[in-house]
Amino acid sequence: MKILYGMQKPDEGTIAIDGEQVAFNSPGEAIARGIGMVHQHFMLADNLTVLENVVLGGEKLYGIGAKARKKIMEISDAYGLGVRPDALVEDLGVADRQRVEILKVLYRGAKILILDEPTAVLVPQEVDALFDNLRELKSEGLTVIFISHKLGEVLKVADDITVIRRGTTVGTADPKTATPKQLAELMVGAELPSPETRESTVTTTPMLQVTGLTIAADEAVVAEPEVLVPAGAPDSATREKAEAGRLLLDDINLTIHKGEILGIAGVEGNGQTELIEALMGMMAPDAGVITLDGADITKLPVRKRREGGIGYIPEDRHRHGLLLESPLWENRILGHVTEAPNSKKGILDPKAARKDTERIVREYDVRTPGIDVTAASLSGGNQQKLIVGREMSHNPKFLIAAHPTRGVDVGAQAQIWDAIREARREGLAVLLISADLDELIGLSDTLRVIYRGRLVADADPATVTPEELGTAMTGAASGHLEATDNHSAAADGDTTEDEAR
Amino acid sequence: MKTFDKDRLMLAIAGPLLALVSAFVLTMIVLAATGINPIEPLRIMVENGGYEDIQVLIVNQAGTYYLAALAVAIGFRMNLFNIGVDGQYRLAAMISAVVGGAIALPGPLHILLIVLVAMLTGAFWAGIAGVLKAKRGVSEVVSTIMLNAIATSLIAWLILPKNLGVQVEGSNDLTTGEIAESGWFPALSLGDSGEIYGFTFIAFALGIVYWFVLNRTRFGFDLRASGASETAAAASGVDSKKMIITAMLISGAVAGLSGMPVLLGESHTYTLVFPVGVGFTGITIALLGRNSPVGIFFAALLMAFIDKASAGLDTAGYAKEIGTIMKGLIVIAVVVSYELIRRYGIRRQQQKVGEELAAGHAMKTEKEVAA
Repeated sequence: MKILYGMQKPDEGTIAIDGEQVAFNSPGEAIARGIGMVHQHFMLADNLTVLENVVLGGEKLYGIGAKARKKIMEISDAYGLGVRPDALVEDLGVADRQRVEILKVLYRGAKILILDEPTAVLVPQEVDALFDNLRELKSEGLTVIFISHKLGEVLKVADDITVIRRGTTVGTADPKTATPKQLAELMVGAELPSPETRESTVTTTPMLQVTGLTIAADEAVVAEPEVLVPAGAPDSATREKAEAGRLLLDDINLTIHKGEILGIAGVEGNGQTELIEALMGMMAPDAGVITLDGADITKLPVRKRREGGIGYIPEDRHRHGLLLESPLWENRILGHVTEAPNSKKGILDPKAARKDTERIVREYDVRTPGIDVTAASLSGGNQQKLIVGREMSHNPKFLIAAHPTRGVDVGAQAQIWDAIREARREGLAVLLISADLDELIGLSDTLRVIYRGRLVADADPATVTPEELGTAMTGAASGHLEATDNHSAAADGDTTEDEAR
Repeated sequence: MKTFDKDRLMLAIAGPLLALVSAFVLTMIVLAATGINPIEPLRIMVENGGYEDIQVLIVNQAGTYYLAALAVAIGFRMNLFNIGVDGQYRLAAMISAVVGGAIALPGPLHILLIVLVAMLTGAFWAGIAGVLKAKRGVSEVVSTIMLNAIATSLIAWLILPKNLGVQVEGSNDLTTGEIAESGWFPALSLGDSGEIYGFTFIAFALGIVYWFVLNRTRFGFDLRASGASETAAAASGVDSKKMIITAMLISGAVAGLSGMPVLLGESHTYTLVFPVGVGFTGITIALLGRNSPVGIFFAALLMAFIDKASAGLDTAGYAKEIGTIMKGLIVIAVVVSYELIRRYGIRRQQQKVGEELAAGHAMKTEKEVAA
């Protein structure tokens, strides 16, 4: 993928476009040949408008004024992208941002589109919309390379499937005849792992209790509602809130028992990050109490909480979980510098830390030539396994797992699930935050939906479907979600506590 | 694993080597372009470096530079750019000279007091920038530059005879009065060639302390983690505000020590022998030495060599500012070549890891791939 886009040079082999052999030295050359890439992590400037983002770096094509706007609208209409050129990117949802990324690529004249895990951040309804867009592109004669580890999606949208494992092509499949199971077997060389937890290990002893947790946005960040709310979609309640100084977290109440996995579903940016940071102690709440194993930890600093038994698998491992340019064994110390075996009485013990790193590498199957290589040189999945191994090594009482398998290959995904499940059996309480609804439903004992900083709905993972969850995630449903509708508690938007108690 | 270490060592040497070679070549180009013989001044400098008395001067100067560079390096290790080492060192030298001159204590206690006052003064001056950054988000680059200017004015005012200064009879020099002999640090005499300040050895010994604190203590790990990734450090439990202030205090305290070799070993009073610019040279040295105690040691010697060996160029009919040009070019060359080497190193390692994994050399795993 990086090679196709000119970010890396191949050691061997050739690339041919339209039957002509090409070699790229930089992304610029790849773009010139009509290859466009939509990255997993969006590369947009939040404080610029859509128009500005699209022309940024491509000013020479159609200028930056009316001509560029016309071209953008032309592309947007041609492929049904529905982009508004004057909206600020920071006000757009994830799905809209993705459309801007696609438009950016088309604007530069791409004929071949590479999409890297484009559905990882979308709810099911948005995925369908994206697929409609892709079919539109296809019918206009464009080529799309769709990279995903979600097999169902690949089967749904692709005309031709190639399976890659550990850097080599292991097979091709025809989406019309192939089943997800066959594909999965190709991918892992074994049977498809499922996130299902099977038997329940939930106890009645509460481990983590959160009551009335509230965090307000800094006043300076209050956005102007006029620009923010797209025409036709505003509901008066949200507008009021935006004006009043938005609450990032609004009266969050939850209890996680020993041996319980509580899953939080929600579209990104609805308060998950703030919830995690408040629980970790990186963000001070405006109101509310957090107790861990009966002790009030609301005022404790991060380190004391970690020592007290909170494990943390961060949503952005590069920003919060690793020192990328440090060797693995130093990364094993990170976050647990005060704990054995990493140090004794303020003095580090590199020998013990190194030994334990080797153990983690072995037990969690981190693929690396050694523990002296930098964290940056590992693949995402192996980095994640190292983090999981590190956090599990300190026998946490409570684990925050934010997107634990994001950007991780199927094999590593299964191992991470296994690790979480095993710890749960031994009485670990887990807060699972994920955008992968199958993972949430399969792994959790209890499910909650977060929307605009509030826990608006709860569901039983045994009965709920991804579609129902998706509806609640967009704020369209609330209360207790149930397939069979003999329950009328759904009218009120309040959190229903009894489910967790 | 051995090969990785060898690689790293090679890269570690390649950086400074590339920088120095290109800096010297550039110096020669500058000389040639201005119509001066490009070889002769350098030859004279090398020849000067061969004299024993100049070697003593070089070692003494290197001691001062070493401390200044350590002060800068402590900041660098956590992404703080303490440009104020210069002001911290001068103010510390001045205040400690005043205190040392005013009080007489028996032997070691006197020296200890002077050193302590110097450290506290330096720490206080740097601490201002630390508190401003932690509490108000003021960039330490800006505030320390400002504090340098304030220190200059403050010293000029304090040293007036009506304040703390002393006018030496028959001279225009202003000093702070002589420190009693109990406050002189014993020196290592080398006969005719001169003597090496005793504090120089303490300076180099501090390099070991620096290494130990950074690499073998929890505090050092937190500091380095903060420098490598502020967000990851915060998530790991480092209180970033406290860390900023602590690092600035330590950096300032070490900066305050930079004046000690000269004050305790030779001048015994604050005069013009404490030049402006030591702190800035310290930045160059910390960069060139890559914040490592050994690297800084050699870089400090090199800078001291350029200083002392170029001083004699005047008498041979060349401008001694050639040394200054050289220093400037080294800074540029260092910044460019280190970044190049760093990127090359990362890319190379990623490639290697990929290759080794593809070849099946991953560390032995007991567990088979699950699922």
